[in-house]
Amino acid sequence: MQAEPDANGYLEGGFADPVMGGQTIFRAIMQAMAEPGTIRPISQALRAPAPMTRTMAAIAATLCDADTPVWLDDALAAAPQVIKWLGFHTGAPMTPHTDQAAFALVSDSTAMPQLAAFAQGSDSYPDRSSTVILAVESLASGDAFDLSGPGIRTSARLRLTPAPADFIAQWTANGAQFPCGVDLILAAPDAVACLPRTTRIRQGEG
Amino acid sequence: MSTDARAFCRDEAQAIATYNFAYLDEQSKRMIRRAILKGIAVPGYQVPFASREMPMPYGWGTGGVQVTASIIGPDDTLKVIDQGADDTTNAISIRKFFARTTGVATTTATTDASIIQTRHRIPETPLTEGQVLVYQVPIPEPLRFLEPRETETRTMHALAEYGVMHVKLYEDIARHGHIATTYAYPVKVEGRYVMDPSPTPKFDNPKMDQCPALQLFGAGREMRIYAIPPWTQVVSLDFEDHPFEVQAFDRPCALCGADDVFLDEVIMDDQGTRMFVCSDTDHCNSRQTAGHAGEQDT
Repeated sequence: MQAEPDANGYLEGGFADPVMGGQTIFRAIMQAMAEPGTIRPISQALRAPAPMTRTMAAIAATLCDADTPVWLDDALAAAPQVIKWLGFHTGAPMTPHTDQAAFALVSDSTAMPQLAAFAQGSDSYPDRSSTVILAVESLASGDAFDLSGPGIRTSARLRLTPAPADFIAQWTANGAQFPCGVDLILAAPDAVACLPRTTRIRQGEG
Repeated sequence: MSTDARAFCRDEAQAIATYNFAYLDEQSKRMIRRAILKGIAVPGYQVPFASREMPMPYGWGTGGVQVTASIIGPDDTLKVIDQGADDTTNAISIRKFFARTTGVATTTATTDASIIQTRHRIPETPLTEGQVLVYQVPIPEPLRFLEPRETETRTMHALAEYGVMHVKLYEDIARHGHIATTYAYPVKVEGRYVMDPSPTPKFDNPKMDQCPALQLFGAGREMRIYAIPPWTQVVSLDFEDHPFEVQAFDRPCALCGADDVFLDEVIMDDQGTRMFVCSDTDHCNSRQTAGHAGEQDT
């Protein structure tokens, strides 16, 4: 019997080699989280249904599984193929509640919910917070932010196109409740950068 | 069990006796990877994780092994040290474990390694950006011997209530005239969490501060992972009138003559003859190769 072609478009497009693919992507994310502001290239050729980007898909396939409730923004949640792709390739349950998400996938950064709406963790268990995976068009151009904090020797510069609304105020409020707070993984088309909750940002000049 | 069934089981076992890359299954790796990311985001905080059984006993570094297994890839070069030495049982068996289950290159040279798994030392050769130092941790909770209840220590961390640790150090001074803690010396990470650096000699504590390498800590039996990102402030606890100081040795290494390193005392014979040599074998060997010599050779 001939195999059914993947007419629905969600059965294919995962890691060609899940073991090595996951390791490569994780190391990129780990180094990016350890050194905020650094940009780590992502070259895994995943295919995912729009509007989920392939970098976002690679991050989800690396970190999400049946233990991690995933929240989708409106654009992603409106695409049944995205939900099926995530279900098939990660097995992660979906949640409609931002404050119950282990991972939140945001495809439209300008329409991102307030960071305070996600799970913040508690003083006893600050690890029980959401990690927001945010798709951006570029990490090479756009609004400039100067970063400081753990993982940064002197200073670092991060550029974002497009940046979420009121980003500096939101991020400052997020950092003020340390050790609680969300962490951010920025997914550009071919690269990833991270902002852990410890990173302080201010408007970059020039 | 019948003979046929035994034969079947044996054949089946042989058929499936190929381990996943780095031994751990992918779901376990994902769970550990998520804990590592949280640890990096909250430096010094002990992230609970579902520690797995490993093919070695607790106390042999199962926490460090699980962390290494979750981050290692085919491009890595692995170094494993036990009390600074590359050639002791624990170091050799763990290095062989990863050589067998991953096929990655191994080394004893600190400068060549991308991942260094360590039991109770930080290499003398300064670490560099991009390297990862993985510690094997027996008791991750610095307050455990002062407060046995996990519920209490968790609250103490939540409230950053660390007075009891200073009382402990003060009692050292009251009893001995100085802070007598010489290993597992508590540190404060980025001004927030008090952390156990694992039973490294306090000689190594200053190397943790503003270290260019990422430091990951795995405690298998106690099911905790924690981390210090690169370029992070790590301060050893002390008092203004009793500042933190590292061990000093009154003689250099007998083999390589280094006078700025941590030394091991080696008993040479039944008459009590003693020799003091570098605990870091790679550092000592490379110094000897470079022509340095200690009193042993002169």
